Amino acid sequence: MSISLNGSVGRGEFERTLKFSVADGEVLAVTGPNGSGKSTIIHTIAGLVPLRSGHLESDDAIWDVPDSQQWVAPENRTCAVVFQDLRLFPHMNVIANVSYGLRAHGVSKDEAHSRSTAVLARVGMSSFETRRPSELSGGERQRVALARALVVEPRVLLLDEPLSAVDVVSRAALRELLPEVLGSFAGATILVTHDQDDLEAIATRSLGLF
Amino acid sequence: MKSQRVSPALKVVAFIAAIFVALPLLSIFVRVPWSDLGEMLSQKSTREALLISLQTSIIAATISCIFGVPLAWFLARSSTKWLSVLRVICITPMVLPPVVGGIALLTAFGRRGILGQYLYDWFNVSLPFTRTAVVMAQVFVAMPFLVLAVEAAFRQSDRGLEEAARTMGASPSRVFFTIALPAARPAIIAGLALAWARSLGEFGASITFAGSFPGRTQTLPMAVYELVSVDYRLSLVLSLVLVFISVGVLAAMRDRWMAGR
Repeated sequence: MSISLNGSVGRGEFERTLKFSVADGEVLAVTGPNGSGKSTIIHTIAGLVPLRSGHLESDDAIWDVPDSQQWVAPENRTCAVVFQDLRLFPHMNVIANVSYGLRAHGVSKDEAHSRSTAVLARVGMSSFETRRPSELSGGERQRVALARALVVEPRVLLLDEPLSAVDVVSRAALRELLPEVLGSFAGATILVTHDQDDLEAIATRSLGLF
Repeated sequence: MKSQRVSPALKVVAFIAAIFVALPLLSIFVRVPWSDLGEMLSQKSTREALLISLQTSIIAATISCIFGVPLAWFLARSSTKWLSVLRVICITPMVLPPVVGGIALLTAFGRRGILGQYLYDWFNVSLPFTRTAVVMAQVFVAMPFLVLAVEAAFRQSDRGLEEAARTMGASPSRVFFTIALPAARPAIIAGLALAWARSLGEFGASITFAGSFPGRTQTLPMAVYELVSVDYRLSLVLSLVLVFISVGVLAAMRDRWMAGR
């Protein structure tokens, strides 16, 4: 077991009661139509939105238990997020975006740089290090966002609609790249998607939200 | 724009309004003793007032920035219920008559002031009528301009980027310095320019709290005021300097204030 959630997420009519746990090496796909509260699950696990009730824990710590007021801040959770809208830092180039998390964790500048370079190579973005996000295509930005999440070697990787913001050609390329990258990822992955093809190409297990 | 025709009557009124502002400014240019300009600018009293003005206004703008930016951040992001009260207090100096600001500073920091009496009794520090008092008066009136400009930028900045930085392991203070601050940079520069221009022009609060002692606390606007009845030509020259600086600030910020209007 690497991460487990048993409780309710979201507020009002978007509130959902969920129960799942994801082990290392597994890719759980959470599926459901747009507006079914899928992103809220990602944001809750990452600590950007509080859990309504229940338990959220990873194997190293309890992250969120509202009843006993236990809560771990986002920066102290061993998870990494690829946001649906990517959220690359516009004022930093690609390598600075990717090494940001390592620097925040206290990794030295040189080590952060070399580890970021290695991860960028894995997603095929080696020659883009000094570009700004605004100078990249949608598919290229998606790869940078993926590299930025992988570089910190999280225990849990959270992917929010990782193929929604890219054109058809990049989507095909990414659909090949993602299983390859996730195959060598040691932790647990939670993937949120509304796309049946993503599910078949990437997930090992799925959970439907309706 | 060609498509928006302005009626002749409105044109006349608009013209009168523009002339009303332009004529006094142009009059300074017409009446300034251009032939003696160099000599008058190099006079000791002129140089002193100019230097005191530059020194105090630059220090005041810097202090306004160092303290005003965190205040703007707090106003933009805190959720305390006292926020609206705090915001009103913080920007009151913008609408307060400056002379009242000077009285307020005296009441707080004067020798018998609420805080000033202890500064004097315990540390033998007396703030009024010193150059420090000039800077304090300038910060008091100028900082709100910076706070307002920067707070607006912080409010408009992308919270999603800050959240992303948190999930990447950045502490709230790291998020502030690496994400929020760079995003607000244009507003901070604009706020600095505004605060500096306001400090340079400060008169009412400074003359009340710091007095107008040549060579010690007398800034350019104070010198202009005192010279009007003594040496009108010299006061014109000093006014010209202040007009140039004001126009310079406007020109430097034209993109911010005049773009897309």
